Amino acid sequence: MKLPIYMDYQATTPVDPRVLEAMLPYFTEHFGNAASRSHRFGWEAEEAVEKSRTQIADLIGASAKEIVFTSGSTESINLALKGAAEMYAEKGKHIITSQAEHKAVLDVAKHLEQQGFEVTYLQPDKSGRVSLESVAAAMRPDTILVALMWANNEVGTLNPIREVGALCHEKGVLFFTDATQAAGKIPVDVEADHVDMLCLSGHKIYGPKGIGVLYVRRKGPRVRLVPQIDGGGHERGMRSGTLNVPSIVGLGKACEIARTELASEYERTKALRDHLEKRIFTELDFVHLNGNREHRLPNNLNVSFAYVEGESLIMGISDVAVSSGSACTSASLEPSHVLRAMNVGEDLAHSSIRFGVGRATTMEDVDRAATSVIAAVRRLRELSPLYEMAQEGIDPKSVNWQAAH
Amino acid sequence: MAYSNKVLDHYNNPRNVGSLDKSAPTVGTGVVGAPECGDVMKLQIQVEGDRIVDAKFKTFGCGSAIASSSLATEWIKGKTLDEALKIQNTQIVEELSLPPVKIHCSVLAEDAIKAAIHDYKAKQESQTGAAQEGAKS
Repeated sequence: MKLPIYMDYQATTPVDPRVLEAMLPYFTEHFGNAASRSHRFGWEAEEAVEKSRTQIADLIGASAKEIVFTSGSTESINLALKGAAEMYAEKGKHIITSQAEHKAVLDVAKHLEQQGFEVTYLQPDKSGRVSLESVAAAMRPDTILVALMWANNEVGTLNPIREVGALCHEKGVLFFTDATQAAGKIPVDVEADHVDMLCLSGHKIYGPKGIGVLYVRRKGPRVRLVPQIDGGGHERGMRSGTLNVPSIVGLGKACEIARTELASEYERTKALRDHLEKRIFTELDFVHLNGNREHRLPNNLNVSFAYVEGESLIMGISDVAVSSGSACTSASLEPSHVLRAMNVGEDLAHSSIRFGVGRATTMEDVDRAATSVIAAVRRLRELSPLYEMAQEGIDPKSVNWQAAH
Repeated sequence: MAYSNKVLDHYNNPRNVGSLDKSAPTVGTGVVGAPECGDVMKLQIQVEGDRIVDAKFKTFGCGSAIASSSLATEWIKGKTLDEALKIQNTQIVEELSLPPVKIHCSVLAEDAIKAAIHDYKAKQESQTGAAQEGAKS
């Protein structure tokens, strides 16, 4: 067994050896510029790029012409939101999103607010899911765009994408979804799901870092965007810059593998996740699931271990690589905005751990991680004055704590 | 974040974990911090004369908070109350090589020492007060 055990697949994934193998010739042998029209080097590169476009389109039910290459989801989000807002500003200035979105969306939304747009930040329910009804209620005649993530990166909760997409199409409002965590994990079909723009990122699906795409619908409706990077007019003018051919080849291969193995990996990772969840919930008391039991990614488990602080728990399980919603592990010293939006409570937000299983995870890994976590929680609870109170029958929440932050 | 060896040592082998009888007149209890802030320290002292003969702690918090309170109990054991009151958070920062983002852990440990001593003194005063009341009547 390789230690530490990697269980942070929502943060990033290793490049699949099959992906790396596909990429390698494009660094040295087939190094051409895909925009070079006058020689074989350019043609080979262009051919490889077009093959990748098809592989990516096939994963999400799009056509190859609708794929725009970017440096990753953050750039795709910037292009989608700013590009659409600028293009359709005359039609209206209202945008709908949710409080549980990734910072990439929230920060772009804030930027647009400064530019004079009005943004409604919907609150998700306690499981992190935004309801169709709340989107419908927020719709106004001047609404031009709805941005709603497919799967949440912290708690794995899935939003009702198909229903929201249908609503947007009925109202003539553009629909963008951040599918960074969903693509390659669950079925995604931009036609059936009525999606107008969608982003995904290479490194979340066993492809390289620094490459991603924005899917931009070409008909029904044809989405037009104001480019955010000007230059040589690459990518139908929407994103200039010489194409990163090796990474594009890698992303294409990663999407092909994700598509062909989606059904089996869904079942396999779900079984691993369910086993981890079952062990934690049967062997420990005072544990809370953060997320939605029904509508959730198969490979995500977010748990709050009450009365144990997340960072100290991570320190106690040095053989397992996970992340926490605790303030102490972030640069901002603020606990997770997602858990706060879900009204989880700041005490439980400090106690949350996100486990992610992936392609390389085995049942042996999961068992070792579970054993390690359970032992560390027990040990830290022996140290915890809050656990002592809870055992004495005092709810720490009922105490009037005097401290400021 | 990389932890210093001393933080790791206190985290892995915390000293003086446990609880003293908080109702005992010779025991002072300090509880500082709040769960929403991610840190709660409970530090207790047992006093004979004016000397701290035993100290125990329990901490909910990050590794640095656990180490700060563990170190605090180690330092105050055997000291007089006045000596213990002189311990400053900066000494804890230095001893554990805490980074700037973890300085609040050391502040909390200093506060916990002061709160425990304050609680002990308040108990003593109310007792002598009660004893004097008894003598008067």
